[in-house]
Amino acid sequence: MDARLSFQADRHPADRGQNSLRAVPEPIVRLTNFTRAFGDNVIISDLDLEIGKGEFVVLLGRSGSGKTTLLRTLAGLDDATGQSVRIPGSRAVVFQDARLLPWKKVWRNVALGLRGLTGLVRDKAERALHEVGLGHRLDAWPLTLSGGEAQRVALARALVREPELLLLDEPFSALDALTRLKMHELTLALWQAHRPAVLMVTHDVDEAIALADRVLVLDQGRIVTQERITAPRGERSDVARGLRQRLLSALGSGAEHASVIPFRQSHEAFA
Amino acid sequence: MALLVLWEIASRSGTIPQRTLAAPSAVLTTMFQMIASGELPGNLAVSALRVISGLAIGVTAGLILALVSGLSRAGEVTVDPLMQIKRTIPTLALTPLFIVWFGIGETPKIALIAFASIFPIYLNLYSGIRAVDVRLIEGARSFGLSRFELIWHVILPGALPSLLVGLRYSLSVAILVLVVAEQINASAGLGYLINNARDFMRTDIIVVCLMVYAVLGLGADWLVRIIEQRALVWRPSNVAS
Repeated sequence: MDARLSFQADRHPADRGQNSLRAVPEPIVRLTNFTRAFGDNVIISDLDLEIGKGEFVVLLGRSGSGKTTLLRTLAGLDDATGQSVRIPGSRAVVFQDARLLPWKKVWRNVALGLRGLTGLVRDKAERALHEVGLGHRLDAWPLTLSGGEAQRVALARALVREPELLLLDEPFSALDALTRLKMHELTLALWQAHRPAVLMVTHDVDEAIALADRVLVLDQGRIVTQERITAPRGERSDVARGLRQRLLSALGSGAEHASVIPFRQSHEAFA
Repeated sequence: MALLVLWEIASRSGTIPQRTLAAPSAVLTTMFQMIASGELPGNLAVSALRVISGLAIGVTAGLILALVSGLSRAGEVTVDPLMQIKRTIPTLALTPLFIVWFGIGETPKIALIAFASIFPIYLNLYSGIRAVDVRLIEGARSFGLSRFELIWHVILPGALPSLLVGLRYSLSVAILVLVVAEQINASAGLGYLINNARDFMRTDIIVVCLMVYAVLGLGADWLVRIIEQRALVWRPSNVAS
């Protein structure tokens, strides 16, 4: 309960949590006072965010917390004129559904939008597919791939562009647990090899702890808390327990189930 | 098969008079005679040419209109209402008007076929373009595709299955309209053969022509199926086979 109070305190603009968001060396993403609303419905309000070069940031949030909206802005898919938004020119997105074009063979999906001679483009695409372990499915049709394979292709398609910013929109949430773990390893390996800055959106706390340099919790369009994880990946079981607790309570901070009558109260009412 | 045998027996025994319906054997004999004399192939070619030219014009027009109205807002506002109005007019009801405009030669026949085959292409391609998964478009857009690349790599291939459905409808409509259009004062073609045969009560010739119409329809369907198998290899049903 104490933890929860302190996180709610974090939501005031002048607190330490917000300030520390700016303390990133060489930021390649910088949003200042970013607000996004559809009509009267404010999705994101007054959000400050910086992402450093090569940093792996995980954004946690419940459904409707505005995390997808934020990601779309960073992907340049939503118009952000009149706002202070700085994003790098080379970005790539991996969506929750792989969004491969079913009428293009796997390697052509990876090569989509790459410019240059067909032979060179194919070489590049092939190398990227080998890197994600799909060297044997270059000429497969996307609809014949399994969910995990499709996401690997989507990863290859993103990385072949050598992006400065890699955006992952709940990329593994539709996969089974074992495949998801394998994909975590792959993602980390690729990130270490290519060093893009990563912003990954998820609602899986364990996934966040396993992958991130920094975890942000988004709630009702604001960043309510952030945790920097310094322990090396794979040796995080010691910090994980406390971290998990804190992140979960931060996630729950806005979820006062107003419509649910607590059992004790109703009991008292009958007494 | 049993039906054919019954039909043959009934004809031979005189239960079905020759003037009502010719016996299958008579139909076959007539057919071979008509093929041998060149009467059937010649007239079939005339009819086929009508369908092909009518379709070529109609399909092209339908394609262009659907692209204009599917790919641009301004095009949609201009083209779509007109097409919806056109849809409510049964093509065959225009026959008298087309005769007044184009006379009784080949032109009104081809014009009718063309006019009738526009709409299935238009409607299917247009809705196909509109139904392309926005998530795919968005995904492709996030990789920096230009508008032209987006249309070429995403929208058109995505709309292709619908276009082929439209093509199939167009073909069958074209053949239907052909039958009616050929009743207009034709001096050659399958319709001319049928009209002539009617005047002489040659039911055998009429049945032969009906068979040819059926074969045309089947052939058209087969053609689209071949195109589909080539163009839609990526579909799971095609991939598996």
